[in-house]
Amino acid sequence: MKVLVGVKRVLDAYVKARVKPDGSGVVTDNVKMSMNPFDEIAVEQALRFKEAGQVEEIVAVSIGPAKSEETIRTALAMGADRGILVEADAEIEPLAVAKVFKALVEKEQPELVLLGKQAIDDDCNQTGQMLAALLGWAQGTFISKIELGDGNVTVTREVDGGLERAQIKTPAVVTVDLRLNEPRYASLPNIMKAKKKPVDKTTPAELGVDATPRITTLEVQEPPPRAAGVKVASVAELVDKLRNEARVIG
Amino acid sequence: MNFELSHEHEMIVASARAFVEQELYPYEEEVERDDRVRPELIEQIKQRAIAAGLYAAAMPEELGGGGLDNFSMTLLDRELGRANFALQYLVGRPSNILQACVGEQREKYLLPCIRGKKIDCLAMTEPNAGSDVRGMQCRAERDGNEYVINGTKHFISHADLADFVILFAATGVEDSARGPRKKITSFLVDKGAPGFTVRDGYRSVSHRGYHNCVLTFDDCRIPAANVLGEEHKGFEVANDWLGATRLQVAAMCLGRAERALDLCLEWAATRKQFGQTIGKFQGVSFKLADMRTQLEAAELLTLKVAWKSDQGTATDMDYAMAKLHATEMLATLSDEAIQIHGGMGLMSDLPLERIWRDARVERIWEGTSEIQRHIISRALLRPLEQR
Repeated sequence: MKVLVGVKRVLDAYVKARVKPDGSGVVTDNVKMSMNPFDEIAVEQALRFKEAGQVEEIVAVSIGPAKSEETIRTALAMGADRGILVEADAEIEPLAVAKVFKALVEKEQPELVLLGKQAIDDDCNQTGQMLAALLGWAQGTFISKIELGDGNVTVTREVDGGLERAQIKTPAVVTVDLRLNEPRYASLPNIMKAKKKPVDKTTPAELGVDATPRITTLEVQEPPPRAAGVKVASVAELVDKLRNEARVIG
Repeated sequence: MNFELSHEHEMIVASARAFVEQELYPYEEEVERDDRVRPELIEQIKQRAIAAGLYAAAMPEELGGGGLDNFSMTLLDRELGRANFALQYLVGRPSNILQACVGEQREKYLLPCIRGKKIDCLAMTEPNAGSDVRGMQCRAERDGNEYVINGTKHFISHADLADFVILFAATGVEDSARGPRKKITSFLVDKGAPGFTVRDGYRSVSHRGYHNCVLTFDDCRIPAANVLGEEHKGFEVANDWLGATRLQVAAMCLGRAERALDLCLEWAATRKQFGQTIGKFQGVSFKLADMRTQLEAAELLTLKVAWKSDQGTATDMDYAMAKLHATEMLATLSDEAIQIHGGMGLMSDLPLERIWRDARVERIWEGTSEIQRHIISRALLRPLEQR
């Protein structure tokens, strides 16, 4: 089985995001960028399938500026076999990402596409669902457990109020949640090997995808600073405030 | 000139950092408390380091090592330096000097060390020969196909864990421009060789869990084939291969200093006194500014020497400057880190008192700060004096 894994280059999870002075977006120049943590979990899962002999080839795909090749190299250092970089300098929206993936799926013919449930920069949580719809494939989203079967995948989904188990047919699109696994750190020999692994480069245009944004960003704002808390004199006052001011208890 | 790390370097740093945080940090408290690393833990860390490819990372790839150059190795050492010394030591870095092994020595000593099957230690220092290494009294006399060794070595790090020792002993006297001087030879001596005893050394304020030993040789006979390099050329072998150990000390000080500074920043930004966070007081904030500046300077110097080392242009003065500055920086920084934390800084709940204690040995071993200053100043003045 061949697996396609999406790896997005995002602002590192431990960097404090700063809004550009003109409010047009978030500063990404000269700040640490890393692989989207959910994508790391997707890569880890693909590697576990490969180690279990259930997967033959793992292809890491990134869509974005030329520097996204580093994110692919990180996936290769973790153990992915090869990469595809779809270069796009402009902001690229989930629908365009899904269309690019569709074109790549048609070319690569994987049986499984593993994606993070969302990217931590725009938190859209749309690509996986859109891709499944465009391909007409089954989808399993927010999964915290996955088993490969014969012609199917059994997934455990993290939904409101609990866990939902579902069996879906392959080929399928699966988006992964935080609790699926703990991604590995790349071993030194794999870091060394990563630079020799092939990374193909293409563009949305070459894949026949119109990646022109359809959404205009009006303004990006910093969240308002948290207001100072208040001290309460008694448990009774606390309960009263929780009930009548915060309205979090009935 | 480009001061940016390559993406590959960044990946090495990220993996090393993850290893240190996941595999070493969780055991620091127990090692500091018990002053020992449990045998099962030794094996566990070693195996995980081997799996991560971090073991023997500086050894050439064709011998089964990681093939890292000095620059990458310095980055790795910097990250390992963040952890308790005894724990990070288990991410084996067999002495480079073992690359001087020839013939059967390679199978018996070099390769098992790279594979994590054997551990080496280096015995140079004696009770009466510290900075003045050539003054060593331990001697080896040739007797047919054997050498007979007599003498004592002390402060021999991790000799308790080692399977064999790379021993330096006097093998004669020669005339030099400054009078007679001892000829030194390097030997490979197995633990268990008759007449060779390893005893517990002294309890040290620095590096808990990592022990020094006293070695005694009493008519200890070893085969002549166990000479490492050439007879009487012990210091030449050492100079060819040991340059990087000063760089390693410097690198580890950087990591330790960075960990201490990270804790200080966190503390200064959150600890409140007199109605505000203590970082708002200039008495604290200026300390932080100086700490970062000194650390940055030490890092630039150390990384530059590592880079020069790869170009083959690093001099003794370069190594000495990197070691001197990084170790002295750590001493000041770790002391200020305690000052910023106040009483809490002295408690073993935080790694700061450990970093402060450990900093002390760095200005002494691998050549004291005074020896480093001597090397630097001689390199500066000798060309002018000889005009």
